[in-house]
Amino acid sequence: MITDFFSATVLIGILASGIRLATPYLYASIGETFGQRSGVLNLGVEGQMLMGAFTAFYITLRTGDVWLGLLAAIGVGALMGFAMAFVSIHLRAVQGISGIGFYLFGLGMSDLLFQKLLGEVKTVSGFRPVQIPFLSDLPVIGEIFFRQNLLVYLAFLLVPVAWFVLNKTTLGLKIRAVGENPQAADTLGVSVAGIRYLTVTMGGVFSAIGGASLSIANLNVFQQNMTSGLGFIAVALVYFGGWRPFGVLFGALLFSMVNSLQLWMQILNVPIPSDFAVMMPYVLTIIVLVLTVGRVRGPSALTKPFVREG
Amino acid sequence: MKNLLAKINNSKYFDGFMPVLAALSALAIGAVMLLFLGVNPLVAYRAMWVGAFGSPNALAETIVKAVPLLLIGLGICISFRAKVINIGGEGQMIIGALAATAFGLYVPEMPGWLVIAMAMVAGFFGGAFWGAIPGFLKAYFNVNEILSTVMMNAIAVQLMNFFLRGPMIDPNQAELLSKIPQTARLPEAYHLARWLPTRLHAGVIIAVVLAFVVYLLLFHTTLGYRIRAVGFNPDASRYGGIRVRRQIVIALLLSGAFAGLAGAIQVYGLNYRMITDGSATGFTGSAGFNGIVAALFGGLHPLGAIPASFFFGALLVGANSMQRISQVPSAFVIALNGLVVIFVVSSAMWQEARQRKRRIAEVRDDPAPPPPEPNQANQDVPA
Repeated sequence: MITDFFSATVLIGILASGIRLATPYLYASIGETFGQRSGVLNLGVEGQMLMGAFTAFYITLRTGDVWLGLLAAIGVGALMGFAMAFVSIHLRAVQGISGIGFYLFGLGMSDLLFQKLLGEVKTVSGFRPVQIPFLSDLPVIGEIFFRQNLLVYLAFLLVPVAWFVLNKTTLGLKIRAVGENPQAADTLGVSVAGIRYLTVTMGGVFSAIGGASLSIANLNVFQQNMTSGLGFIAVALVYFGGWRPFGVLFGALLFSMVNSLQLWMQILNVPIPSDFAVMMPYVLTIIVLVLTVGRVRGPSALTKPFVREG
Repeated sequence: MKNLLAKINNSKYFDGFMPVLAALSALAIGAVMLLFLGVNPLVAYRAMWVGAFGSPNALAETIVKAVPLLLIGLGICISFRAKVINIGGEGQMIIGALAATAFGLYVPEMPGWLVIAMAMVAGFFGGAFWGAIPGFLKAYFNVNEILSTVMMNAIAVQLMNFFLRGPMIDPNQAELLSKIPQTARLPEAYHLARWLPTRLHAGVIIAVVLAFVVYLLLFHTTLGYRIRAVGFNPDASRYGGIRVRRQIVIALLLSGAFAGLAGAIQVYGLNYRMITDGSATGFTGSAGFNGIVAALFGGLHPLGAIPASFFFGALLVGANSMQRISQVPSAFVIALNGLVVIFVVSSAMWQEARQRKRRIAEVRDDPAPPPPEPNQANQDVPA
C-alpha cells in the first residue's frame, strides 16, 4: 500500500491535481495582493468567489458558451469589488468587518439564486484540458503541467504579470505608494481613492474568476457554499506570501500540494483518519504563518482609510 | 422644521437609531431582491413576522435561536472592543460543545445540576482554549487573528467529524449503515429546564445574566478598562503600563469562552446530543457568524446585544416560515444579514461625525474658564 503510494503514476497524479487545485487560490490571492498593497483589506473574497462561481456556471449552462459565462462572472466580480471599494474608501467602514458583510451577502445570494434558478446540482461542459503541442508530450512534466485547462494556464501566467505590474510599472509604483504612505502619494498628485478603487475592483474581478475556475473549469458543477472557506485561505496566502506575487505562488502551491496529497491518501486508503488528513493544509498554514509573518512587514497603510488632512 | 430635523439629527439619542436605519435599508434592498425573484415583498415579510412572533411557540423559537447569538455576540463585544477581530466563533462553539458533551457522557453519575454546571464550565474552557491559541499567536508571533481563527474553524470541524464518527459516536448509530455523526443522548437528568410545551430553555436566563456580567466587566472593572484601552490606542496603553499582549490573549480567550458556552448550552438545552452533517453549519447553524452580526448591530455593547440577537433570532426563525409560505429560500436571510453588516459599518462614519459635532457644540456653549491673570496671582505674593 505504501509502495503503491510512491509509484510514479501516483506522484504525477498528486502533482498534476495540486497544480489544478492551486488555480482558484492564485486568482483570488493575486487580486487580493493588489488590494492590500494599495492599503485595502478585502475580507469578502469568499463571497465574491461564490457569486463568480454561480454566475459563470449559470450563464454557461443557459448559453452553452464558457466565455460568456466567464465574462458574466467578471462583471459580477467587478460590481462586488466596486461596492467593497465604495464602502471602504468613501464610507470608511472598518474593513475587516465590512468584508464579513460581503462574505455573508455572497454566501446567501449565491445560495438563493442557486435554489431559485437551478434547484438541483447540475453539470456543465466547461473549459476543456488543452494539450500544449510538444510540451504535453514530455514525459512526467508534460502530464503534470501541460495537460490542464485554459484557466489553469492563465492563473500561472498571472503571477509574473502581476509581479511586473507591481514592480516595474508606474501604476505599480503608485499602488505601492498609496499603500505605504497615502499622504505623500496624495501630495505628489496621485489619486489615492482612484488607485484603491482600481485595485479593489480588480480584486473582485479576480476573485470571481477564481470562483469561475471551480464551477466551469475544474469541477464543472455548482453547489451551495462550494468554496467552503477557500476565499479566506486565499486572503491568508497573501500574508503567507509576504504580499509578493511569487510568494503567493509558493504559498498557493504548497497549500494545494498538501491538499492534493491528502486527497490521494484518502483514495489509496492510507491508514490515517480522513478527518486528520483534511486538517493537514490548515495546520500547515498556521505553522507557516507563525514562521514567516513576523519577518515580513505588510503595507503600512493596510486597513487605514485615507482622509486628507484639512 | 429644518431646525427640528437638525436638532434630532444632532441629538445623542439618535445614535441608537442608526442600526435600526441600517436594518431598514437592508430590508428595503431585500424587498427589491424579492421583487426580482417574482415574490411580493409584503407577503414574504408578513410571513416572516408571523413565523417569528405569530404565536407563543413562534416567540419561544425566536428566543431559542437568539440564545447562541447573544452568547457569541457577548464574546464579540469583548474581542472587537480590543480591536481583535475574532471570526472563529464557529470553531470555538464546536470545541466547547465537544468538551461539554464528552463531560456529560463519560463522567460517572452525579446529581444533574452538578453535571450541568460542570459541563457549562467545560464548554467555557473548551472555547477559551480554542480562542486562546489564535490570541497567543497574534500577541507573540504577530499572526493575523482573522486568518488564524478561520484556520482554527476548519480544524475544529474536522475534530468534530472525527469524534462524532469515531470515539464519541452514538452506539446505536455505530451499528447502522447510515452512521449519522452524532453522540448518544444525554440522560434526562442532565437536560436544562424547559418551559413546556415550547423548546424555550433555561439557557436564555444564563445568556441574559451574562450580558449584564459582561457589561460590568467591560465598563466597571480594571480588566475591561484595559481591554478597551488596548483597542482604543495600543501605543498609549503600552506607555501607560498596560501589558498589551496579555490583554489581546485575554480578549480572544474570553471571546472564545462565550462561544464555547454557547455550544454547551446548545447541546444541554436543545438537542441533548451533539449532531452534525459534516459541516460547521451542521452543528452551529452559522451562529458563529450571525453572532458577529448581532454584536455589531447592538453597537458592540453587551446590553445592546440582547435586543440585537432577539432581532436576528426573529429573522432566522421568520426565514423558515417565509420559505414555507412564499417559497423564498431561507438563504435570503443570510444575504440580508450581510447587507445589515455592510450598512451598520458604513454608517459608523456619520455616527462619529455627529459625535464630533456634539463635542464641538458642547465646548462652544460651555467654554472653559479663562486662565487667571498672571498679575493678580503675583499680587498675593509679598515682594
